[in-house]
Amino acid sequence: MTDTSTVDLTEPAAQPAGPMFSLTDVKKTYQQKGRTVHALAGVTLEIPRGQLVAIQGSTGGGKTTLLQMLGALDRPTSGTVMLGGQEISKLGDSKLADVRAHQLGFVFQHYNLIPTLSAQENVEMGLAPLGLKPEERKQRAAEALASVGLADRGDHLPGELSGGQQQRVSIARALAKRPQVLLADEPTGNLDEATRDDIMGLFESLWREGLTIVMVTHDSAVARRAQRRLHISGGKLTEK
Amino acid sequence: MVPSLEGIPMFFRYLRRELSGRRKQTAIIAVAMALAIALVIIVNSLSSGVKGAQEQALSSVYGVGTDLTVTSEPAAPTEGGGGRQNFDFSEDDGTTDSDGTQSLSQTRLSTSRGAGTFDASALKTISGTEGVEAASAVLSLNNIEFSGEIPQRPDTSSGSTDSSGTAQGQQPPSGEGAAGGQAGGPGGNFDVNQMTVMGVDENASTVGPLSSVEVTDGRTLAASDAGKYNAVVDSSYATSEDIAVGDKVNLGGKDFTVVGLVKATGSEGETASNVFIPLVLAQTLSDSEDTISTVYVKAASSNDISALKTSLTEALPDQEINSQEDLASTVSGSLSTASNLVSSLGTWLSVAVLGVAFLLAILLTISGVSRRTREFGTLKAVGWRNGSIVKQVAGESLVQAIIGGVIGIAVGLLGIWIINMVGPTLTASASTGSGFGGGFGGGQGGPGGSGSGTGGEGGMPGAASTATSASDIVLNAPFTPMVMAIAAGIAIVGGLLAGLLGGWRAARLRPAEALRSVA
Ligand SMILES: Nc1ncnc2c1ncn2[C@@H]1O[C@H](COP(=O)(O)OP(=O)(O)OP(=O)(O)O)[C@@H](O)[C@H]1O
Ligand SMILES: [Mg+2]
Repeated sequence: MTDTSTVDLTEPAAQPAGPMFSLTDVKKTYQQKGRTVHALAGVTLEIPRGQLVAIQGSTGGGKTTLLQMLGALDRPTSGTVMLGGQEISKLGDSKLADVRAHQLGFVFQHYNLIPTLSAQENVEMGLAPLGLKPEERKQRAAEALASVGLADRGDHLPGELSGGQQQRVSIARALAKRPQVLLADEPTGNLDEATRDDIMGLFESLWREGLTIVMVTHDSAVARRAQRRLHISGGKLTEK
Repeated sequence: MVPSLEGIPMFFRYLRRELSGRRKQTAIIAVAMALAIALVIIVNSLSSGVKGAQEQALSSVYGVGTDLTVTSEPAAPTEGGGGRQNFDFSEDDGTTDSDGTQSLSQTRLSTSRGAGTFDASALKTISGTEGVEAASAVLSLNNIEFSGEIPQRPDTSSGSTDSSGTAQGQQPPSGEGAAGGQAGGPGGNFDVNQMTVMGVDENASTVGPLSSVEVTDGRTLAASDAGKYNAVVDSSYATSEDIAVGDKVNLGGKDFTVVGLVKATGSEGETASNVFIPLVLAQTLSDSEDTISTVYVKAASSNDISALKTSLTEALPDQEINSQEDLASTVSGSLSTASNLVSSLGTWLSVAVLGVAFLLAILLTISGVSRRTREFGTLKAVGWRNGSIVKQVAGESLVQAIIGGVIGIAVGLLGIWIINMVGPTLTASASTGSGFGGGFGGGQGGPGGSGSGTGGEGGMPGAASTATSASDIVLNAPFTPMVMAIAAGIAIVGGLLAGLLGGWRAARLRPAEALRSVA
């Protein structure tokens, strides 16, 4: 991604100080059929800016739950979550939506594209909350699609694209808003090996350009390419 | 590849893509709404058509604007045999031809049999009752003209003068003879001709049988006609009897000048009587001074009619008070069947279909939202606020409903058009038996009668006290802007209701669903 307006870590002066994420004793419990599930049992974690972090762990260990805390998708039962110096663990729904709209990019295992919209429109949907002028929104979406190598597929429906291409559209949707962090839950979980390496290559290049990336993965081959590997099991986090 | 929707705002692009991408759901909701709206339009239009027909049937008898009528208590029906009338012909009533044939003609004005009369003082009581805006009294009469020829007979010629000679014409006891109207005397040739005459208050312009008529020629009665032998004639009666403005009609032995012809407003039906004359003359000529048969009452406020009816009933215990509603119930025939059908079956059917359409729209929208859990979760995950999502969902179902509304209005219009093309004819018999006795007896006669006679069957004195004014009314289903507004309103309300419920459902989805929901 050569867009100069994205977060550029080669210019330290432009960077606010402090870590990207700072979690202190974050707990999340769910009530499930009268049973209390401790999805996160007191997680304390700091993620500096510009890191590529992989989260691994057994199924049901709490990976997705942790990603939801980082991604301002949910509030912890207790503990604090700081994003770029702002506490997001106690914000209301609209404030959380604004944080997601401006600072965070999401990539999903199932791509989560809207099937009735073209690739270009799907990317523009991610920009809708920013209130940009239509021309600028269109321009940015086209640039993001070009940066993931899909410049000529803007008017295709998701159903007309391969899994890898759909995931690229999903990544373009996250990148178009120029987020500080990219969060991904099993981004390669539905892809074959070649496509998986392809997507990982894209992540690495984004990371090298300075983007902070946190991804959940089952795949050790993917995790090995990360800068830092975390393991979560039974709601407890350990460094690997 | 999808066609570009370049330049269309995001909201509408997304909406348009969703609706065309989910055609089945869009079609089901739109068709359900369309059916409901078409049905509402048709039922609404039919019911105002039937109501209009009912009003038409009533207004031809009671006049528009009459809220209540006051009549005497229904008299016991007089049997046909009771009606014998004597005509006393004296010398001056006839002329004698050169061949000795004597032509006789006499008219007699009398209160309609079976039409109870009551003291005119009731009008004062009524006018003085609180809540009465205007009241006007009428006296219903029958004019019977007996004319004929008696050939000169040897035995009567021998008699000196005929001043004592009396020819007795007997009215045929039943109505049958009336059609021909020819009652042959011994060797003679008699014509019996009858018409209904109503004495009206020539000053009454707000209420009464003449207050709402349409003048087709000449003028209606005015204050200046008080005490003058001027008459107004129902135009269809005038046509059948060849009466024109300026002609004379003999009523109760007096020649009245026809000053105008009138017809019931907006109706093919007849007015309340064949002939209208000033009330006081009617009373004098029929030897019924200070009596009236009906008072037409207009209430000050249309909301207080039932209260006014109660106070009038108290003030006049011996009289019968009828409201338009009471009178409407006297309308019988296929019109009343249609009215009942429309008001019961039609209303229930449209309410039921409307309910089903609304329910279908709501359920389909909500289930659509559930199916799109991940879509909305994803939009939330990328920063969409709840409000934007509610707006989107509501917008989608609103457009679906509006599509349904447009189709529904088109189908409804087509339905109305077909009804009006077919133009079903309803028969309405406004029975005036209870309250009005035979007052309007002749109502049926005029236009329908064969050329030779004027007396309708029901109109013959003594034939029956229950007279009916029957008319065929072509049902006209009107399409009013009001119906259009109701249809549009239903579409918008249905769409918004479904959209807001669906949107509320979407707003309640947690953004975390984007990462969880499997599809
Ligand atoms: N909405 C919820 N309601 C109840 N329990 C939940 C909910 N979400 C998660 N859990 C529970 O919390 C625990 C952690 O779930 P989480 O999805 O974070 O695990 P995970 O590590 O992402 O698993 P996987 O590898 O299968 O995706 C599980 O036991 C799960 O059943
Ligand atoms: Mg998970």
